[in-house]
Amino acid sequence: MKDFDIISTRAHRIDTPDKATGQAVFTDDISRPGQLYGALLQSPHAHAKIISIDTTKAKALPGVKSVITHEQAGHIKYGVSPARYDETVFAIDKVRYIGDEIAAVAAVTLEIALKACTLIEVEYELLPAVFTVEDAMKEGAPQLHENSPGNLCAEVHQEFGDVAAALKKCDIIKTSTMKNKRQDGAFIEMQGCVAEFDNRGVLTLVSSTQVPHYVQRTVAMVLEMDVGKIRVKKPYVGAGFGIKAAANPMELACCILARETKKPVKMNFTRDQVFMYGRARHQFTHTITTGAMLDGTLMAIKHECCLDGGAYTSFGIATVYYTGSLLGGPYKIANMSYDGYRVYNNKPTCGAQRGHGAVIARALFEQQVDMIAEEIGMDPMELRIKNMMNAGDTTCNDLNMSSFGMSECIEAVREGSDWDKKKGNMPNGKGIGMACGFFVSGAGYPIYRSDTFHGTVIVKLTEDGGTALVYTASAEIGQGSDTAFAMIAAEALGIPLDHIRLASGDTDMGVDLGAYSSRQTLMTGHATKNAADHAKAQVLEVLAEQLNVPKEELDIKNGFIEFSGDTPDFSALRTRYIKEHRGWTDNPDSEKLTFKEASRVAFLERGSIVGTGKYKPHNLGGKFKGAAVGTSPAYGCSAQVAEVTVDMETGQVTIDSITDAHDCGKAINMTSVEGQMEGSVSMGIGEAMHEEVIFNDKGQVLNADLAEYKIVTSMDMPRVKTIVVESDEPNGPYGAKEVGEGAIMPTIPAILNAVYNAAGVRLNELPLTPERVFHAIQDYKERMAK
Amino acid sequence: MKKIISLTINDQSHEIAVEPNLTLADMLRYELALTGTKKGCDTGDCGACTVIMDGNAVNSCLVLAAQANGSVIETIEGLSTDQGLHPLQEAFVEKGAIQCGFCSPGVIMSAKNMLDKNPNPSEEEIREGISGNLCRCTGYQKIFEAIESQSS
Repeated sequence: MKDFDIISTRAHRIDTPDKATGQAVFTDDISRPGQLYGALLQSPHAHAKIISIDTTKAKALPGVKSVITHEQAGHIKYGVSPARYDETVFAIDKVRYIGDEIAAVAAVTLEIALKACTLIEVEYELLPAVFTVEDAMKEGAPQLHENSPGNLCAEVHQEFGDVAAALKKCDIIKTSTMKNKRQDGAFIEMQGCVAEFDNRGVLTLVSSTQVPHYVQRTVAMVLEMDVGKIRVKKPYVGAGFGIKAAANPMELACCILARETKKPVKMNFTRDQVFMYGRARHQFTHTITTGAMLDGTLMAIKHECCLDGGAYTSFGIATVYYTGSLLGGPYKIANMSYDGYRVYNNKPTCGAQRGHGAVIARALFEQQVDMIAEEIGMDPMELRIKNMMNAGDTTCNDLNMSSFGMSECIEAVREGSDWDKKKGNMPNGKGIGMACGFFVSGAGYPIYRSDTFHGTVIVKLTEDGGTALVYTASAEIGQGSDTAFAMIAAEALGIPLDHIRLASGDTDMGVDLGAYSSRQTLMTGHATKNAADHAKAQVLEVLAEQLNVPKEELDIKNGFIEFSGDTPDFSALRTRYIKEHRGWTDNPDSEKLTFKEASRVAFLERGSIVGTGKYKPHNLGGKFKGAAVGTSPAYGCSAQVAEVTVDMETGQVTIDSITDAHDCGKAINMTSVEGQMEGSVSMGIGEAMHEEVIFNDKGQVLNADLAEYKIVTSMDMPRVKTIVVESDEPNGPYGAKEVGEGAIMPTIPAILNAVYNAAGVRLNELPLTPERVFHAIQDYKERMAK
Repeated sequence: MKKIISLTINDQSHEIAVEPNLTLADMLRYELALTGTKKGCDTGDCGACTVIMDGNAVNSCLVLAAQANGSVIETIEGLSTDQGLHPLQEAFVEKGAIQCGFCSPGVIMSAKNMLDKNPNPSEEEIREGISGNLCRCTGYQKIFEAIESQSS
């Protein structure tokens, strides 16, 4: 591997000093002069016809500046995937879940806006509602959408190879089912936004979003404005995990209120509105059959899944495809079929969350791999390594693993967890288990069909040559992308990290599809390197002319010019630089020519030195329907070992430790990579152990707060041993690929395999509440007694 | 009917007229522009609004401004000095304990309060000390490391 100066270090993140001191600005920290406060009126009914909406009393309340309904907002449909646009800003003739937006108010105070919402009179005619996949699919069930008979939002049927024929040949066949529970993103910063028009009709929307670009396009479409007249800016964002990866109705309502009032308008979700809006991980019900030979060769997967989608599509069409496509690896399996169904019902809409679509399928399948290993008496790690794909391999559904350190990850956790000593020797009530998983390094195609670049970056050198400004529209939402791009730019330019200033998250800076599908390090990273290389080449061209040396003999390293041939006399150039800075006391006197001098001279010769960079993936994937979903220029992968204690009397599961190895390609920032791994494990533990959005029989969320929706706290989190396994990804900038989502894939199945090892029971439903585990243990004891 | 209260915030005395239902969190953020204190729930569940009030870490969304009359308040803005970041803040930067950063001011205030009272906490005491602060990004590992590095 090449030597790097900046990349692969533990550089301090560029955003964290401001975050540590409270100086970092988040959306709700912004106040605009004369701003109004917006509030939403949302449906109290899960399914009802709207007979009439009367805003007279609300409008008459002193302090109210605007009340808007579908009449002002228009009827343009939007959503995530253009083929599946099924939402309007406000409900027109029908509401489909408790929380469906009906109207919005802007007023001089939030209290008045909220009061006005209560004065809007809506007459409803209640409709029968459905809240489960089973009820929604029943014959004669109430229909949510006119053009979706049977409440079927989407179905996918795929087969690669010949599953039936392969299963016939198999020595071992395992069939089992698994169900998770609807999740909430539970990011700590609730969604919020501030919208404002200037007097030339330009709209600026500041929002807590992962995807300024998609929000800009959606606002343009719904408000019927030119993209160029809309600027979407993302300040610091208190995380998103997928839920903030599309325009939300509050953002659109806020823009419309700003248009109507000609004033800045600020809106925030309350915590219960975050839950009502939803858009987090679906509830999946999987049935998987896996076939293998006695020597441990995995032969075929038959996979069926129902997704509890909620009221609208959102990301659902992508989710239902991802659920199938990401089961194709990381093992060499030639035969795979998938039948997926996403079903509408009268609950909030589900969408994308870390490990989009693939987490529960993986949780089930990795247990079956263990069952097969147990039956043939093979170590689960050995069985996995036997079937593991290698770099260059392609799955049966055309996903190409251009680099793949999965086997190395298994070896790393084997050693890191002391697996060989512990497996089979755990004391009573204690267990050890492992699992593998992988994930895309960026979706291969944009959400809307387009030949667009997925990222563009500008690197501009300041006129004194001392600093490089990096402008990107990408979204730092906590994962450390700003720092990664600053490091990439510094490495490419050959200058120290503190000579980089970076600004991001602003649609005026270019196009970037944003923070989702673990795409930014690879994609924006490429565009950043490309832009920095371009700027550097311009400086070196001028320098070559000025010093009369071949350009190929010039390079920049650590802020100094390197000459691979003889060092020419550069005193004239230095004198020229110093003459421009009379009176300055810190002019260069180093033995080597500095980057600062070289780029100042480049500016004097050519004007602003601006490097532009861009990236889009090469054509990826097969030709079958849905082939685009799951494709990526690269795949990160992860192996984990969980150790647990199960209290056989109470069913209480305690996670004692997790050992996690992840192949992220080349780690741009080691500390940030570990942070993503630890955060992924924490979210996986939450889903495995506690998290569940609970509804009453009217479709109302019962635990719409962070007290009763239980994410992992400092008391629950086991120590995680993180091992970064580096590979050299040919399609990644400096060999880098993803870490943010692949690292959640093995967590749940590793825990489930460890629980089986400890207690002899396989759980087919999450979360692992003591009650559920207790009953499983009781059933197991009864079966044993018979 | 507004009530005039006086209190000390980050060594500076303030006199301010507040509505009886105004929370300390909202007063700090919207009346005094001390926006380093964050709000993640407004119901005392997430801990993002943690400040130190008369020597104890509190959820400022659960304290009425009027209740803080006569109190001494420390917020995240009071930690750094002319010399730069507070050593605990430095440790959070150094160890990579901050990702999205929205919970960080609250976590740091809880940790500071714990270290003020117990300069050499055990791992269990560190876990308890920040157990009222939810973090969804980090899995707490690097937060533990940052706090451990500051124990004497």
